[in-house]
Order: sequence, then structure tokens, then C-alpha cells
Amino acid sequence: MSKKTGTKTIQKGKVGAFLQRSSVPILFILICAVCIPMAGLSPSYLINEIVTRMGRNAFLILSLLIPIMAGMGLNFGMTLGAMAGEIGLILVSDWQIVGIPGMVLAMIISVPISILLGLFCGKILNMAKGREMITSYIISYFINGVYQLVVLYLMGSIIPIKHSSIKLPRGYGIRNTVSLLEMRQKLDNLIPLTIGGVKIPVMTFIIIGILCLVIIWFRRTKLGQDMRAVGQDMEVARDAGINVERTRILSIIISTVLAGIGMIIYLQNMGNIATYSSHSQIGMFCIAALLVGGASVDKASIGNVFLGVILFHLMFIVAPRAGAAITGDSMIGEYFRVFVSYAVITVALVMYETNKRKAKSMESEQLKQEQLEEENK
Amino acid sequence: MTAFRKVWYMNMENTPLLEMRNIKKDFFGNQVLSDINLTLREGEVIGLVGENGAGKSTLMRILFGANMIRETGGYGGEILLNGEVQKFESPFDAIEAGIGMVHQEFSLIPGFTTTENILLNREPKKKNLISEIFGERMNTLNRGEMEKKAADAIEMMGVNIDPKMVISDMPVGHKQFTEIARELSKEQLKLLILDEPTAVLTEKEAEALLDAIRGMAKRGIAIIFITHRLQEILSVCDRVVVMRDGYIVNESPAKETNVGQITKWMVGRDVKNSGAALETRNHENARTILSIEKLWVDMPGETVRNVNLEVKEGEILGIGGLAGQGKLGIPNGIMGLYPSGGKITFDGKDIPLNAPKKCLDSSFAFVSEDRRGVGLLLDETLEWNIAFPAMQIQNKFLKNYLGGLIKWRDEKAIKVVTDQYIKELAIKCTSSKQKAKELSGGNQQKVCLAKAFALEPRLLFVSEPTRGIDVGAKALVLDALKKFNRENGVTVVIVSSELEELRQSCDRIAIVSGGKIAGILPASSSVEELGALMLSQVI
Repeated sequence: MSKKTGTKTIQKGKVGAFLQRSSVPILFILICAVCIPMAGLSPSYLINEIVTRMGRNAFLILSLLIPIMAGMGLNFGMTLGAMAGEIGLILVSDWQIVGIPGMVLAMIISVPISILLGLFCGKILNMAKGREMITSYIISYFINGVYQLVVLYLMGSIIPIKHSSIKLPRGYGIRNTVSLLEMRQKLDNLIPLTIGGVKIPVMTFIIIGILCLVIIWFRRTKLGQDMRAVGQDMEVARDAGINVERTRILSIIISTVLAGIGMIIYLQNMGNIATYSSHSQIGMFCIAALLVGGASVDKASIGNVFLGVILFHLMFIVAPRAGAAITGDSMIGEYFRVFVSYAVITVALVMYETNKRKAKSMESEQLKQEQLEEENK
Repeated sequence: MTAFRKVWYMNMENTPLLEMRNIKKDFFGNQVLSDINLTLREGEVIGLVGENGAGKSTLMRILFGANMIRETGGYGGEILLNGEVQKFESPFDAIEAGIGMVHQEFSLIPGFTTTENILLNREPKKKNLISEIFGERMNTLNRGEMEKKAADAIEMMGVNIDPKMVISDMPVGHKQFTEIARELSKEQLKLLILDEPTAVLTEKEAEALLDAIRGMAKRGIAIIFITHRLQEILSVCDRVVVMRDGYIVNESPAKETNVGQITKWMVGRDVKNSGAALETRNHENARTILSIEKLWVDMPGETVRNVNLEVKEGEILGIGGLAGQGKLGIPNGIMGLYPSGGKITFDGKDIPLNAPKKCLDSSFAFVSEDRRGVGLLLDETLEWNIAFPAMQIQNKFLKNYLGGLIKWRDEKAIKVVTDQYIKELAIKCTSSKQKAKELSGGNQQKVCLAKAFALEPRLLFVSEPTRGIDVGAKALVLDALKKFNRENGVTVVIVSSELEELRQSCDRIAIVSGGKIAGILPASSSVEELGALMLSQVI
């Protein structure tokens, strides 16, 4: 019943238009096709890696879908949720609550923080309509400063932190790395399953699956419908009596809350928190992955998420090896993958603008045609 | 039946559905509506006509509770619905009271289907467990019920449109019908305002719409129908209400009038004011300096197609027409501000389109209707504003050093020329160093003219030269244009919505209607003749 927004504008029978829309994924398939043989990695290793990274990242990337639906573009505000998730995990590890209960408690702690941060971010983005992406990016830097204040100065001095293993030697502040050894891959391994040497994080996949179903269901709710309306034309939605501002704030809050939970799933797979850097690039990589999957600033589907995770991380795995194979220096590949993720975002943004302009010149073309038809009558 | 109900029924018979009493409205002292009285009964269709600026839109905005009316100081008089005084705080109150309005601009979500748009924000919903906790907005949409309701509304309208089609794939006409169906789907609807609904429709679709109006009226819905197509009014309306300059000048049963009479009511002004051009000249034998062939311009809201026009050397040509018919598109398209195509020949040379610099190089100048956006550097001094284009395009007011390698502004020359124009055009300012944004509208317009004059063009386009400026300044601006034309031999094309000012200052007047030139008449032609042309091909 509910249409996938991602496929709607592809005109039927127009292969060219389809190719143009999916030019980014096609480019990445080509890059991977070239790099895979050069990297010389075994297929089982590759599949293992992809499956692991899918479990690690998919939930985070899914959190980006709802703001896109509400027309707020690619939301760097998810970084805020990621910080909330980290704070939850730091507290839980200090309280020495381990395993799944620890994760659940961390999530419970992160949710109110995420809601507050999302509310703040949403309010500011309502003042900067049409410039959501850059504004949310700068907000993420600003909140990063607040996060550092809390974690580096307030934790241990005002917020009680007992265990010295996570505290800096000076008595307050959190160490650069917080170990999550007792939580490491507890969720992934809750239902152990290995198929043909590939370890499947069943429980994580089940949770991701549930989130997908929730997103599909959400699109069919009144709020989901309102978000789609607001996303396509704010003025029309407002004239119809939809509270545009509130709807936009809600979409950001939902996104930050999901990102907080996603970050906890991500970190339980990694097994440790890089206290001051885990969140800093997560927004960039998630957005790049989504764009690689064929999403654009105004349209993204669940399919884009999974295709994006596979392609982006496949490149992540093979590029350093391929770089090493060609130049003898793995740093080249490392450099290449960072460079590519920024390039993808740039290309996607430029394409979004050119497509808009193309649609405009199409209108002129139509007028010209109409005039010709009239003359020939 | 109780006595009470009898009385109530009788009241229904006698009280009109809508009564507007002594409606007055001014925008900051500028009276736009005076003593409007209008009544409307159930199932009655009235046609509201008038030139642009006659006050139709303002009157409808008042009736629909538009925010803009309240923000500009409210209105005088009373609006009664079924005999009760109404004070609408917002359009939502008006909708609640049973008033529906279909605006000229579409208010539709492009990626939604017909059904979704018809029921936008009024979707039937199903409850679920989560919505019990998180509130109503988590209810899921009841698609089945939505389809049924939309189908009912479409059926009521009597025009067949596909309820599952996405708006962006639709022909324009169907979008219009979707909007009407949306109003019809509101159960409380008693009065429907249609603001130029046929403007975007093909003949067939317009026919279907008229049938739909008749059908709706039979169901007891009262309709206010605003259009420039007078034939439609005569064929569908019970009554015609003609507005001019903020007054209702005539009200007549549609059966007892005709197109000619309505046109006369619409444009006819007091004989005292309507002095035709004092001295129209005949340039029939002059050579054609600018020829326009098959011009199309994609200017939103002012689309032009297939325009052929010849401008004679030394004349003042007026281009008139109703708003939205394309008159503004012609100069904007030629000067390259909007995408355009066709062939432009000036003085025997082809001028490429979509290249503003080329036009300016061929000594065209353009005074835009968008004074503040396109016309002026608002934060700069008058000197800069007047000299800037001449500096940029013609290297005037520059001192060359090192054989032209370094160019400096010649501040002295700039000041001299600015002071000269300030004197000539009587620009009210503190000095030539004052900033453009600090001037009044009329004086800003004079600066725009001075800027164009400083280019010493051979062909000058002036778009809406007197829009939003007072009577005194109007006369000055028009006189300056005339003088510039007469003394410097510059060919001038004036585009304006005001027929009177075209008649007073031009030699010939071309009327644009439906994106095309409907005809060219000498400026001495009567207002009625020109008015008839204006309405001839309205789309």
C-alpha cells in the first residue's frame, strides 16, 4: 500500500533516468569490482566482514530515514543521539552492569538525553529551513563541545564515577578509551548461528528487522503521512492545518533517539568506546553510506540503507588492501576511503541541485514544444 | 413538527446564507474597498468580475479570514452567515463555518495521490495500541475509508479524475479538480469561492467545470465564481457583480446583461479622468527597429508564447493586459532574465536570447518591475546606483591608467551626472550619497529610470513604471519617459497594467491576452475597445 519514496520518481520505461538516479551505486559497484580481485581477500572473509558491519551500522543508518521523509535532508543531528548513547554506556560500565541488561539500561538512559538534544536541534533547524544539513553539522560540533565538558570535567567531579579503570588518573574525567569487554558482542552472540563459516549476529538482525517494520508501519500512520506532506511542501501542509514546526521537531527527535540506540548496538559490536572520537565521524560515514546506496537529499528507502552498507563497507575493506597491492603502501587505500566518503557526499549534493535545475529547464522545453504544436496546427 | 422548528425553517427561507454589510478595507490609508454589500442565498451562483486591483481578491480574503487582512489592521463592516455575525480569526475558522476556497495557486502536495490530497490532514484513521499511548498522531490511516470519501467527493463534483494518480503526473486541469473535490469533501461546506478556476483549464475541462458548478449549486452549495472569462459567467451564474476601484459598481441578473455591457462596467471610468493621449504620433512609415518573432518565455505566472511584434523607431509602444497574461514576460524574456526562445532582430542584427549582456551591449536598457530586487543596489548610494550599469557595460565614468590596465572610478563625473538626474527627475533625497533604500517608492523608481537613462540606450523597456507610487510621482515618471523619448529619439516600450497611463503616454498599445498579442490599437482607442481585447483570449 505505502509506496517506497525512493522509487517513485523513476519514470516508467526510462532506462536513462534510472541509470542517472542510480549512478552513485553503479560507480561504487565498479570500484568494488576493480578492487576486490586486487585486494586478494577470500570470499568467506569478505562475507564475514560485510555481515558484521551490516549488523554494526544498519540501525544507525536507518535512523536517518525519518528526517529525510520530513524534508529535513541528511541529518547530522544523529551525532547528538550517538553522544547520548555513549553517555549511557559510560555510566552503565561504571555501575558495572554488564551484558544485555547493561545495554538495555544504557538505552534507557540515552533516550531522555536524546529527546532533549533532538528537541534542541529541531528547534534550531526550524529557524534555518532549507539549510538543515549544514546547520545540523555545525550543531553537532557545538554539542560535541558540551559533551566534552560533561565527560571530561563533570564526570568524576559532579557526576559520580567510582571506578578508576575508566577515570583519568587526575581524578575526574573519562579515559580516552572505555572498555566494554563484558558487553562485547553480547547482543550479536545471543543466538549463536554460523552458516558456512560466516558468523551471523542473529539477534542484532532481528532488531534491525523490527526497526524496518516499524519504519514501514510509521509511514502509514497519521504522523508519517504528515511528515511526508511537510517534506514535500511546507506551505501547503501548513494551509491544511498541519503543525509544520512540531512535525519537523518530532522527526528529528525520533531520529536522535534511534541514533542513540543504534550507537549502543554499534559499540557493543566494537567492544570499546573511543570516548572523544567514536561519535565524531559516525554521522559522516552513515550519511555517505546512505548516499552510496542511491539515496538523495529528499528521497531514501530501506533498500538504499542495505545496499549502501554493503557497497560502502565493501569498499572500506578492499580499498586499503588494493592500495597496498598497487603501491605497496596501505596508507594510500586508507586515504582513498576517507577521500571517497567526502567525495560521495559532495557529488550527491551537486547532483541533487542539477536535477532540480534540469526539472526547471524541462518546463521551458515543454513550453517550446507546445508553441511548435500550436504553429503546426 | 414543533413550532420552534417551523420558525427555524422559515428563517432558513428568509435569511440569506451570506450577507456582507458595508465592508471597508484600507491598507495603511490607501482605501481598497468601500461600502461593499453583498448577499448570497443557498445554491446561488454569483460571478464576481473586475479588473486587477478592483478589490476582488481583497474582498475574498476578508471573507475567508486570511491572516494578511488581520495583520494589516482588519476590516470594517460585518459578515453574516445564516444571520449570525462572524469574526474569523483565521482561514480555519472560515472553513469550520462552511466556507471553502479554491485559490489561483495550487495548494497540493506534489508526491501525493488525488485521494491523499483531497483528504489532506482530514484522513480517516484507525486506532491501535501504540496510538493509545503516544496519542492520536500514531493512528494509522484508514486507506479504504479514504478512498471511499475521495470517490464520493469526486462523484459529487461530477468530473471524472483518477483517485490514485500522483499529482505531479497530472495535467493541470485535474489538479484544479482535485482542489475542488477537496473542498467538496468537507461535510460542512456551504459556500465555495472559486478564484479564476478556469484560468488553467482547456476548453473541454472548463466546460466540465461549469457543469460541475451547476451540479454543486443544485445540491444547495452557494458559489462565488471569479473569472475574467465573461462568457462563462453568463452561462453559469445567476447574478453578475462587477467591481471597480474598490466599489461594487453594478449588480445584475446574468440573464439581463451581455459581455459588452459587463466590459464597460469593468473598465469604464469617470469621463473627467480619462484623457486620452494628448498627442499620439503616427510612426507607420518609420522603419522597424525591433522585430520579435515567435517569442516564448518561461516566466512563472507570466508565460508568453508565439509572440510576434514589431516596434517602430522613435515610438512609444505600450504593452497592456491583465495580470498573469504574459505582458511582463515579454521584456523579461528578451532581456534574458527568464528562459526564452524565438528570434529577436534589432536594427537589422540578430540578438541572441538568454544572454543579458548581449542585450545591454546592443544598447537596450530595462527598468524592471521588481524595483527592489532587480532594479536597485539598495545598500549603495544614488551615485553608485545610477552610474553602476554604465560603468559595468560601457566603461563610462572610468579613468584609465597604464593604457587601460588599471581603471579607476571617476568620482567627479559620477557626481556630476547623478546631480544632473536628481535635478531633472526631481528625486527627493538628502544628497547624491544617500542610500537607495532610504528613498520612497516613487523616488526609487526615478533612480531606476536615471540608471537606464545613463546608459544612453537606443531602446528602453520599462516594466510597470508606476506600480506602487503616488499620483504626483506617476505623472513625473511618465513625463520623464516621454521627454526622454522625444528629445533623445529613444524608442520606448512601456509595459503596464494600467490602461489609462498607457493611453496617456503611448503612441500604440499592444494588448497581451493568454500569452499572445491579442491586438495592437492606436492609443487614442477607447477604453472599451482595449478592455475587450484584454479579455479576448484570457487563459
